[in-house]
Amino acid sequence: MLVLEKNALSEEIESLVNQFGKDRSALLQILQAIQRKHKHISDFAQQEVARMMDIHPVEVNSVISFYSFLYSEPKGRNIVRLCQTISCDMLGKEKIEEAVQRELGITFGQTTKDKRITLEYTNCLGMCDQGPAMLVNEKVYTKLDPETAINILNSIK
Amino acid sequence: MVKRENERIPVSQQPFVVDKPTDLTTIGGTVSVQINEKKITVPLGTTILEACQINQIHIPTLCHHPDLCIAGVCRVCVVEVEKMRTLQTACSFPITSPIKINTSTEMVRKARRHIIDLLLSEHYGECYSCFRNGNCELQNLAKEYGVDNYTFGHVETPRYEVDRSSAAVVRDMNKCVLCKRCVRTCIDLQEVGVLEAINRGHETHVGTFLDKPLADVVCINCGQCINRCPTSALRANDPSDEIWAAIDDPKKHVVIQTAPSPRAAIGEEFGKEPGKSFTGELNTALRRIGFDRVFDTNFTADLTIMEEGTELLTRLKKAIVDKDESVKLPQFTSCSPGWVKYIEHFYPEFLEYLSSAKSPQQMFGALIKTFYAQEAKIDPADIITVALMPCAAKKFECNRPEMFDSGFKDVDYGLTTREMAKMIREAGIYLPEMPKSHFDDPFGDASGAGLIFGATGGVMEAALRTAYELVTGREVPFKNLIIEPCRGFEGVKQASVKLENCVEQYKFLEGVDLKFVVAHGTANAKIVMEMLKKGELNDVHFVEIMACPGGCLGGGGQPIPTSAEIRAKRAEAIYEEEASLPIRKSHENPHVNYIYEKFLTEGPCGKLSHKLLHTHYIKRGKYIS
Repeated sequence: MLVLEKNALSEEIESLVNQFGKDRSALLQILQAIQRKHKHISDFAQQEVARMMDIHPVEVNSVISFYSFLYSEPKGRNIVRLCQTISCDMLGKEKIEEAVQRELGITFGQTTKDKRITLEYTNCLGMCDQGPAMLVNEKVYTKLDPETAINILNSIK
Repeated sequence: MVKRENERIPVSQQPFVVDKPTDLTTIGGTVSVQINEKKITVPLGTTILEACQINQIHIPTLCHHPDLCIAGVCRVCVVEVEKMRTLQTACSFPITSPIKINTSTEMVRKARRHIIDLLLSEHYGECYSCFRNGNCELQNLAKEYGVDNYTFGHVETPRYEVDRSSAAVVRDMNKCVLCKRCVRTCIDLQEVGVLEAINRGHETHVGTFLDKPLADVVCINCGQCINRCPTSALRANDPSDEIWAAIDDPKKHVVIQTAPSPRAAIGEEFGKEPGKSFTGELNTALRRIGFDRVFDTNFTADLTIMEEGTELLTRLKKAIVDKDESVKLPQFTSCSPGWVKYIEHFYPEFLEYLSSAKSPQQMFGALIKTFYAQEAKIDPADIITVALMPCAAKKFECNRPEMFDSGFKDVDYGLTTREMAKMIREAGIYLPEMPKSHFDDPFGDASGAGLIFGATGGVMEAALRTAYELVTGREVPFKNLIIEPCRGFEGVKQASVKLENCVEQYKFLEGVDLKFVVAHGTANAKIVMEMLKKGELNDVHFVEIMACPGGCLGGGGQPIPTSAEIRAKRAEAIYEEEASLPIRKSHENPHVNYIYEKFLTEGPCGKLSHKLLHTHYIKRGKYIS
């Protein structure tokens, strides 16, 4: 990481800490803000957060590893999460699974070479009556069939 | 120790703790409860576990440790509380109303057995080859609750790689049962913050930052986590095989130095109550094992006092007489390798405050391979120096690349009390029944000042005895040389001694109020460093810091288990032994004077002293890349 990038990131985290406060309960909000902007929370960012909040880096790391929506490794620009819970599974999750894997040429857990999409599973999205469901970044798509799923994937940049 | 709020856990999730009322006679100050048909009255806020312990009702525990905050994660201590829907953990249930508790119903027994079964289903048990065999809390629980088969399966092959990267601490997560005692030790007790639970659900494991090897993170090697681990997920790096090989090699001259703290605690490994030193017995046992010479680390502790004391007086002179503003005061002690690594990591900007004197172990190593080799006419290449220490960090310290001042590796192996006990048992010796014997010359028996290095405040007390007498020509103005403000287990102690009627050489110190601070445990060290940052220590002259709670006697290499009570008894043993010694001041040790006459002829902090007995530090910083 370049020094300039590091300084910019430090400044950004500092403003976040000023905004949300130094209390331990502010940690998640700060991490989510970094995640939203940078798509992952780098090890440097984790240590900076820890330093400014006066906690240990390993504690920040522990929180990040606990939540599946926070990443410490860089991911694709868009994250597509397919619901793997039982209702969606019974309504034909498998077909969607096969279709998107074939379309993107990657398996779940991987990122496309152009860093456009990361495929992941998620647990219940609460759309059990409208399955199969898929979460693209922060938007939910329901009642999918393979064709619509591929169309959705192709429409994101 | 200073009691602090557990800041790590958010307020909403903190265990429900009720402060006990100070006046029990007030209405509501006590509660009557019924435990297994027995009616008892306890102060409000007593946990069920505490209530049972004072009434001799045994409750099994695993994640509970007297030094650490309540966690309630292992669930082994569940009991039945009438009118509660589920079983409750005794360790984290404060009694606030008259309740009926049953500690041994069918439900409780079955639940406990299942919980232990579940713990075992995640534990890679290879009991025969495990260093905690016979001293394992999980093993004991399994025995206590009659586990006769693995109801929920058993780990057949190890799932994690053993982390052997650190010179001091070996982490084997296959043995971990996630009681999180190490996490609470590292974050709350020591405030180093290396270990924390990583991931979630069945993937949870205790890990470091980004799961890096222990050698690459800010671990200070204090080994406190080892002392508190119920299984052998954490253990010290054991060099005893290499030491046996050296002993069995007729060409090698194997020399051992023993520190005071292991001597005060090794009896516990042989089933004795804490609170008795086995110095004489240990000397005989070590000779029978095959060590060629047995030396007393207290000798170099005396030397440390001479070097560090002289350094302090030099700094004071520069500051007061020469008005040199670059002189760093207060001077910090550097005897504790855990503390040295702590300051290197967390406060590298204050490294100049640290005394440049080496720790007694390293001073001895350097002297054995130079002075002793010369006196005994032995080639230093053939000498193997072993150090019996209460400490895990000493293993790291002796492997530091700058510790080669004699031209060889100054101390070849650092051995902990536990490993020494193992070697003694291996040799078929029952230590408590050994005849007593003395240490070998040319270093001989040391002074009592060196002995009390083992307890927190000991270095300060020893230094004051010598410094005060050097400066004023009189003994310290305390009865029996016992400097009371240095003793005891308070987290941060502060006191002062007034210097009056000084001798000619030290006239510049006339009327100075010599202020000192003593702290133990790196959490308290952090408090002291923050005070220093804020400028609150500007008028303080000398600060003693030990990385482990209680000082060396509570070190990471000491027998398991440990608690405040055990540490207090070990301190008693050390102070008792000290009071019986004929020489109790470092500068009166004839062997110390001999070495300054014969070998370190330029005196303390002279050229040769600087080469052999002093060191430098590395600015490590706390960033992990």
